[in-house]
Amino acid sequence: MEKSATASPVAKQTLIGQRIKKPDAPDKATGKTRYINDMVLPQMLIGKVLFAGRPHARILRIDTSAAENLPGVHAVLTGKDAAGLKFGFVRDNVALKDRVRCEHDEIAAVAAETEEIARRALELIEVEYEDLPGVFTPEDGAREDAPLIREDFPGNKSLSFEFTHGDLAAAEAASDFVVDNVFRPHHVTHCCMGTSCAIADFDYNGKLTIWTQTQYPYNYKMDLAPALGIGPGDIRVIQPPVGGAFGSKLDVYPYEPIAALLAKKTGRPVKVIYSREEEFKASPTRQAAIIHMRTGCTRDGVLTFRSADALLDNGAYTSWGPTIPVIMMRTISGHYRVPVVDFKAQAIYTNNPYAGSFRGYGNVQTTYATAQQMDMLADLVDLDPLEFHLKNAQKSGEVTPQKSFLRECALTECLETAARACDYSHKRKAYAAQRDEPGRYKKGIGLASSIHNAGGAKIHKSDGIGTILKMDDYARVTVITGASEIGQGIDAVITLIVAEELGVPLEHVTIVNNDSDVAPWDVGVHASRTTFIAGNGTRRAARKAKAQILNAAEKILGEPAEELELRGGSVVRDRDGTPLIKLDRLLRQMHFQAVPELVMVTDYYEPKSEPEGAKHVSDHSAAYSHAVHIAEITVDTLTGEITVDKVTVAQDVGRVINRMGLEGQVEGGIAIGLGYALSENMRIENGRLRNACFRDYKLITAPEMPPLDLHFIESDCAEGPYGAKGISELPTIVIAPAIANALYNATGVRIFNPPMSPETVARAIHERRTQPTSDKAAIDAEGLTLKTRE
Amino acid sequence: MSVETEIRFKLNGREVSLRVPVTMKTLEMLRDKLGMTGTKYACGEGECGACTIMIDGKTVNSCLMYAVDCDDRELVTIEGLNTPEGLHPVQQAFVDHGAVQCGFCTPGMVMQAHYLIENNPDLTRAEAQRGLEGNLCRCTGYTKVLDAVDAVAGKNTCRSRC
Repeated sequence: MEKSATASPVAKQTLIGQRIKKPDAPDKATGKTRYINDMVLPQMLIGKVLFAGRPHARILRIDTSAAENLPGVHAVLTGKDAAGLKFGFVRDNVALKDRVRCEHDEIAAVAAETEEIARRALELIEVEYEDLPGVFTPEDGAREDAPLIREDFPGNKSLSFEFTHGDLAAAEAASDFVVDNVFRPHHVTHCCMGTSCAIADFDYNGKLTIWTQTQYPYNYKMDLAPALGIGPGDIRVIQPPVGGAFGSKLDVYPYEPIAALLAKKTGRPVKVIYSREEEFKASPTRQAAIIHMRTGCTRDGVLTFRSADALLDNGAYTSWGPTIPVIMMRTISGHYRVPVVDFKAQAIYTNNPYAGSFRGYGNVQTTYATAQQMDMLADLVDLDPLEFHLKNAQKSGEVTPQKSFLRECALTECLETAARACDYSHKRKAYAAQRDEPGRYKKGIGLASSIHNAGGAKIHKSDGIGTILKMDDYARVTVITGASEIGQGIDAVITLIVAEELGVPLEHVTIVNNDSDVAPWDVGVHASRTTFIAGNGTRRAARKAKAQILNAAEKILGEPAEELELRGGSVVRDRDGTPLIKLDRLLRQMHFQAVPELVMVTDYYEPKSEPEGAKHVSDHSAAYSHAVHIAEITVDTLTGEITVDKVTVAQDVGRVINRMGLEGQVEGGIAIGLGYALSENMRIENGRLRNACFRDYKLITAPEMPPLDLHFIESDCAEGPYGAKGISELPTIVIAPAIANALYNATGVRIFNPPMSPETVARAIHERRTQPTSDKAAIDAEGLTLKTRE
Repeated sequence: MSVETEIRFKLNGREVSLRVPVTMKTLEMLRDKLGMTGTKYACGEGECGACTIMIDGKTVNSCLMYAVDCDDRELVTIEGLNTPEGLHPVQQAFVDHGAVQCGFCTPGMVMQAHYLIENNPDLTRAEAQRGLEGNLCRCTGYTKVLDAVDAVAGKNTCRSRC
């Protein structure tokens, strides 16, 4: 078609906020998608790892000769093959160990032609150990006489963090009420449905290609290199589709350098893939901690201070887990208007499995404490918790003691929306009144909220992203982006934004984001940042392309570029939508004219956030967001079983981009949070995981998923793409304390050591009945100071 | 080497005959011998449902069933639901309703959903919830999966081959 003057006008319409299907969903729903777990390469060998199976020991002797002689075995590696190749956050880890510091320590690895041969080879490796006394809690590790886990870390001390603001003593003196509790958040793990897997292959120029599940491909190169003694530039990272990540793939774990070392030794590609049992034992955990928290307020219900002293269970090695205080302290200092803050955290080496990062990143543990203490203080002041929360809620423009700038703050709106939607105040009173009435089943309602970074977190030197956008002669768009897809749906968001800006059909957008040799740099999928950062990057790149196209159209059509728009696959006149030329035709004309031009633009977007800094006083995210969850539950007071009947959610999302993806992230995030709250628990006894299977480590299943009433508050973030904020961690963070507060409303008991399993809840209810004492009764006579029992 | 035996069965409508070790599980046979990687390994112990396939019209965890037990039976895997022309209605509903995120549990979830819909013309949401209890998902929180099932249930649009 020529200049289609006869074509009907194309009306202005937006895709922002629509429901967009995930582009990769059809292949996934038909089993066509080739996950890393499914991959087979020619000549590929299978690598398997020998785990120590004991928490702390010296290796006296290791004999691999029988394994090496087994037909079909191509390589056997032990600690000596990785000696000195230290990696990890504080360079305290090696791929293969010469001493045992935790149950899943990798002692030896084999590469063989089949998995069966590899397994038999492992059985042939003889190891003689001398077991050592271990450290299994951070308190024990911190004792002066504790066995030393690492000679180079005296006192078993790993990372420590501190932040103080204001005069704590004065704030305490000015407090009419203080709640003081010790919370003990537990170990849980990610349970990605696709187990951990890596495939490594060296070429004869010494360059490593590694197919991995990583969610931070560029810094991954930097982190993997020292484990192999090669340069980061000699690593190419390919990210095939993965079966979930949730933060678990934000570090290098030993199986990855093991695959590479085996590949190096054999000259062939080597695949290491975990069984479910290995996955449970060798995966990172959400960090367990002991958090001593105190919060004060005046008798009018105004917060005066919050202090927290946390001992973190580092585990045997330092991954990203022990850095969670960076986020914990933002909640301690920023969850409601807290004028005085005192925060200390010390991570302690133990012989337990080591902690990594996990969706919610420290805020899950922290909010479990802060949100319960808010509820407890409201009770003491005798205010409806809603009123208490509203009284202390920040408003837009406020700055927290750590200098988080809450440019658009919708906390009040979230609180009011959620409470109104489920008739919170009325139900809370009614259920509290029924608490001590006879009857086995008790209803409860609980409100919790939290704050989280919603525009990345500048814990690296840059929180940016590179984007390359190109168009071909048929108006097909390819976006080459650093943004990783781990199932969360950035593919749909990028597609939607390109279609929005360039007026092309959704299905004409292709994303290339799985090869570090091709796509430009990005920090990775974490910190609720990808829609925000990659969304901005994509929009900026698309707008550059659009400007180029409209300028070319001006020359070719003779109409001013500023009066033109891209809609429905055509260049149109903006004011009336009249199509002037098909986009593909225009692109061909641009390409094949006397002075040819192709549309291929680049962009590097760096958000306006400040580096975290050693003092932790900086506006470290480009946006912050709040969510409120109200849980309605039924408690079986006999068995302690909690049934979640309904959850009402109000979350500040800035602006809805892909409504379907947003809902899915919130629903899925809540499911992980529900498991944390109610059933998931790594039973680690003396360093050994006792429940390394789904039968004994219980995830939330379909029948346990409550109905959700979702309310998205659109605060229109000035920095976000179309006003959007990052959204995916808050759902996991807020649900557990909402249930804990509902449990209190229903039964009068509080659980400080999650999960709120039937056993724990039943025990607490029984204790309360046999030693009746309410929060108020525990107030000591003189100073209205509450010391709630641990 | 373990003892092998010859088996014959129907897989997604086609006759298959092959030799398998007697210790081999159906899941391994599908993935490692036949290259049918749509069926997923996620636990190998019958606890997660990712390897769900249909045998003689009933869903099973293929990780628990020995391959030799497939002899003379009819198997349908996730690859057998769609046609070259397009997705099966249950698959399409999963796509349309956002029931797919990482997608690793999806093939098993689709097979189980298909089975539930086929065998209960009046499938309610509560029944679907109960029927999908054995299929773990870490991404979606199940809500959109149930929305997808709701959209297809009772419409009698499934084109079962079993």
